[in-house]
Amino acid sequence: MEQRLANAWHMTVNEKKFIEAALLLGLRNDGRNLYDYRKLTIKFGREDGSSEVQLGQTRVMGFATCKLVQPYRDRPNEGTISIFTEFSPMADPSFESGRPGESAVELGRVIDRGLRESRAVDVESLCVLAGRFIWAVRIDLHILDNGGNLVDAANIAALAALSTFRRPECSLGGEDNQEVIVHPPEAREPLPLTLHHLPIAVTFAFLSEESIVILDPTHLEEAVMGGRMTATLNTNGSICSIQKAGGDGIPQSVIMQCIRIAASKAADISSKIKDVVEAYNNERSLRKIKRHHVGVAAKQ
Amino acid sequence: MEYVSPEGLRIDGRRPLEMRKLHAEMGVVAKADGSASFVMGNTKVIAAVYGPREVQNRSQQMSDQALVRCEYSMANFSTGDRMRKQKGDRRSTEISLVIRQTLEACILTHLMPRSQIDIYVQVLQADGGTRSACINAATLALADAAIPMRDIVTSCSAGYLNSTPLLDLNYVEDSAGGPDVTVGILPKMDKVTLLQMDSKLPIDIFENVMQLAIEGCKAVATYIQEILLENTKQLEYHRGV
Repeated sequence: MEQRLANAWHMTVNEKKFIEAALLLGLRNDGRNLYDYRKLTIKFGREDGSSEVQLGQTRVMGFATCKLVQPYRDRPNEGTISIFTEFSPMADPSFESGRPGESAVELGRVIDRGLRESRAVDVESLCVLAGRFIWAVRIDLHILDNGGNLVDAANIAALAALSTFRRPECSLGGEDNQEVIVHPPEAREPLPLTLHHLPIAVTFAFLSEESIVILDPTHLEEAVMGGRMTATLNTNGSICSIQKAGGDGIPQSVIMQCIRIAASKAADISSKIKDVVEAYNNERSLRKIKRHHVGVAAKQ
Repeated sequence: MEYVSPEGLRIDGRRPLEMRKLHAEMGVVAKADGSASFVMGNTKVIAAVYGPREVQNRSQQMSDQALVRCEYSMANFSTGDRMRKQKGDRRSTEISLVIRQTLEACILTHLMPRSQIDIYVQVLQADGGTRSACINAATLALADAAIPMRDIVTSCSAGYLNSTPLLDLNYVEDSAGGPDVTVGILPKMDKVTLLQMDSKLPIDIFENVMQLAIEGCKAVATYIQEILLENTKQLEYHRGV
């Protein structure tokens, strides 16, 4: 609410009318077609499990970390994945520092549902000692710039961070084999997570009463839109989550049409993520080889 | 676990396409401008509406439309294990947002500029489908408060367990980990305004499950319209017309 209102505030009536009128003609103010995605760039940091996603003007940073904790009593042999969102006040004038607002909570919940309820990450492999120690993976999503469609960008950032994340290897030791020894990354190679599939979020915006559907709305279009729907799909053609939280009503046929479009977009984005992750992993292993050579040379 | 027996009966004895018993009452909170309680089987919620009234926080006032606020809360004694839930956890914040946006879409907010409408929904007894029950109760409460609306909003959920689409999940079925599709529709315009789904479901099965949930919404709509009609007749009777 706060976000939408603030967007509406610094937008003049003329601007709104212009965007609406152009959309009625099938034109978008950034020159895209109605069902086009903005340019997507995924970058990784030096460390494992960090990513930076740029979708048009939207920039989101994802960071995955983990620590050993005690499991929940009802799930003694499952690790946990939790998502935290941070709306930096520098990203948008309407974001306030302090407690996360409603939109931040919704964003976190949508991504969380897509990842967790569809069991994209194998949580059982995160268990170290049933009932005693599990890995709790935490994904922090920082919104650095709000150019619209935060959900998709944040979801891609979370997936990119998860697919490059590696947890330290650990083994059981001590007297009664109940002590956990965490091996530092220098001693033993950290292990990547097991991802079963990549749930990709694709967001549509609906324009008031004119039954216009657009893909990947910018922040200007978000200020004009009457409703929004996010469908999260994977490449197997399964729907992992859908969120249409109120707003303008749309007929059932349009929903199904959107989901079919989303399925094809999800396949594109998914292959893009896989490509960049593979490139990152190649580079990472090359770095390893180089370091090894230096070591040998020093010895001689 | 077996959620549909070979005889085609669910855990609570319903058929897969059967809804729980509905019961609604209007005017249950005396001080509120409008209120209603809505019961779906063992799920029981109460909704109260205050407004349109003056905006409490001046900075939130809008000169072209009414401000709609919604607060969803669950009573401590509403769930099986009694626990103290702090106010404003992530789940209830999200449900408040969802209910607010769903109702905002059907309230004619432009007719009441510079005013505020507060909707409070409380879950007294939770047995699955609380957000649907809350939306249904809030619609009735808004109608009781005589707030102008485009249409009523009705909501219902559906799921898919043991390769069978099931209508109106209860708590046991909801926590089984299968897909859960909650739909809210504007019955007269035949449009979907709320749609939430989690877990994994192939596209073609999703279409069937969503269709089932929409049928459920329509059944709820018929019931709500009956209640509204009866309530109006009562009002007419009390006025002695």
